Amino acid sequence: MNQYVPQPRAPGMSYMTAEMKAAIDLSESRVGDMNDEATWDMAASLGLSRQLTTGEVLIGLADAGRDDIVVCTADLGRPTQVINFGRKYPNRYFNFGIAERNMIGAAAGLATTGHLPVISNYSFFLALMGLENIRNDICYPNLNVRMIGTHSGIAMGFYGTSHHCNEDIGALRAVAGLTVMAPCDGNAIRSAFRATIDHHGPIYFRAGRGRETVVYDTPPAWEIGGSNTLREGGDATILAIGNLVAASLGAADILKREGIAITVVDMYSLRPIDRQPIRRAARGDGMVISAEEHNITSGFGSAVAEVIAEEGLACRLHRIGMPDDYSLLGPPTHLYRHYGLDAEGVAARVRKALGKGK
Amino acid sequence: MTSRAIKNVSNEDLREKARMIRLETLRLTDICGSGHYGSTFSMAELVAVLYYQLLNVDPKDARWADRDRFTLGKGHAAIGLFPVLADLGFFPKDWLDTYTRFGSPLGDHPDMKKVPGADFSSGSIGHNLSVSVGMALGLKRKQSPARVVCLMGDGEQAEGQIWEAAISGAHWGLDNLIGIVDINAAGSDGLTQQTMKTEPLKAKWEAFGWRTFVLENGHDLDAVSDTLNRALNAPDGRPTCVLAYTVAGKGVSFMEHGWEWHLGFLGPRDLEQAYREVMEGHIG
Repeated sequence: MNQYVPQPRAPGMSYMTAEMKAAIDLSESRVGDMNDEATWDMAASLGLSRQLTTGEVLIGLADAGRDDIVVCTADLGRPTQVINFGRKYPNRYFNFGIAERNMIGAAAGLATTGHLPVISNYSFFLALMGLENIRNDICYPNLNVRMIGTHSGIAMGFYGTSHHCNEDIGALRAVAGLTVMAPCDGNAIRSAFRATIDHHGPIYFRAGRGRETVVYDTPPAWEIGGSNTLREGGDATILAIGNLVAASLGAADILKREGIAITVVDMYSLRPIDRQPIRRAARGDGMVISAEEHNITSGFGSAVAEVIAEEGLACRLHRIGMPDDYSLLGPPTHLYRHYGLDAEGVAARVRKALGKGK
Repeated sequence: MTSRAIKNVSNEDLREKARMIRLETLRLTDICGSGHYGSTFSMAELVAVLYYQLLNVDPKDARWADRDRFTLGKGHAAIGLFPVLADLGFFPKDWLDTYTRFGSPLGDHPDMKKVPGADFSSGSIGHNLSVSVGMALGLKRKQSPARVVCLMGDGEQAEGQIWEAAISGAHWGLDNLIGIVDINAAGSDGLTQQTMKTEPLKAKWEAFGWRTFVLENGHDLDAVSDTLNRALNAPDGRPTCVLAYTVAGKGVSFMEHGWEWHLGFLGPRDLEQAYREVMEGHIG
């Protein structure tokens, strides 16, 4: 049994503000002016996850004439923020209830009839529970299905292991014919859907919980097999995905004050991977640092290692990510700190890789 | 399986235990910053009757081989189970004060590796009835008198795996297996029957070969006690399903009968009102 030392009770952690509530449609909420500002219910909780822009971008595409787009979810249309698509296009929105594998198979069936199904669900229930259905029903027939797995990594914190997803990249990178990409914020999700809408074949987008630090003020350039270099520096290079992009930019700011200049690349295309930044870092810095909110075994860092080994790039690889273990429980910010997945943690790893500091 | 006797516990005692579940849910949610009020308040009477009257468990020996097993398919209601396990002495009560804090054993879902008295982990909907089938098979083979009780949600009835488990439970005549469905009508996206219609559940469970009891009011302590007692203690060669019709958010007026408080958080004034209503309420 785990030893546990009780901590003093912390004040209630409420993230809700009046501004957040004002920004969303509260017509379905039971929370109103008579309630405390901090009070929220299921309907109002949408205000907490503003970076999940899936519903909004799909409405935009449908409004612009994409009549083929249909949306599928499994009782998670609200938390993954596609419910607004369902309100606007009720006949093109299929909520399967809590029945993920049925949803995945049905999406495949929809695709065979000339539709472009977009599955929006939690990553752990979609990619981990549904892996075999994704492989056999969607990827083997090479069907046009878009999947967005949200709340990936340890973003669900105290929800526990069942709600953590540190394995989806490893599992899905092994499925032939599947493109895997990781939009790191709301604007990246906008670009991810728009830029790939005409791609023939299935795509899995690995997204966060919707509370991510904003990296892109506007929708960024986006292509299958691409990357975005966000910071240039001559001392080291961090190749990052997801939440670790913002953390690495934060680390770059910290290290800059110490006279260390680092390059930060958003390696959003996990499969196929952009080899150029890896080659450049290996040859220029003599080492590569990868950063991800995923098990370092079989994840993004492993994909980088494949490129280094295959191309004979003589360099050291430092992988930042989840250790090969199940995460502790706790608020996400505490977990990021504990596992070195925040700006300070990334900065510490870079210092260590450079042989500087403790 | 043989019949067995029931512990003599008064309705007054059970009512206070159910009140404790609701009060602790309010308190722990305040520590955490969010919580599944609706799903927890709906099951309070079911859990109180199970743990204080019917289940054969030993807090001093949480892994006792012949204990009755309880699995929580609707794992997001663990916030209502932890106070009961602490009250019974499975772990120190001050663990509750650490609910969801960094490194705590107590999170949003039950974790069998961290929480004494949690017979299985959950959080991914639809798994635990299958796990319970395996437990029931294993206990039968060991000729154990223990029962296995799995408490599911009504949204959970949409999972295909539930019906795979149902087929196998009937196939092997697992009369030591009891499934309870907490039909509180609320899910993450809305009213469960509007999201995905799973009714008529009675006809389905009967068709799958389960002895099926309908509990019209899952908050009526006499009815809960009588029905669950028959389900656990008067086996007839088949697994039993109890369809318990309950009220989401039961006990707090502004939460009752909706899906909206499946998950949420209360600011200080709203919390005070909820505390007051639960303190003054007389349920069952």
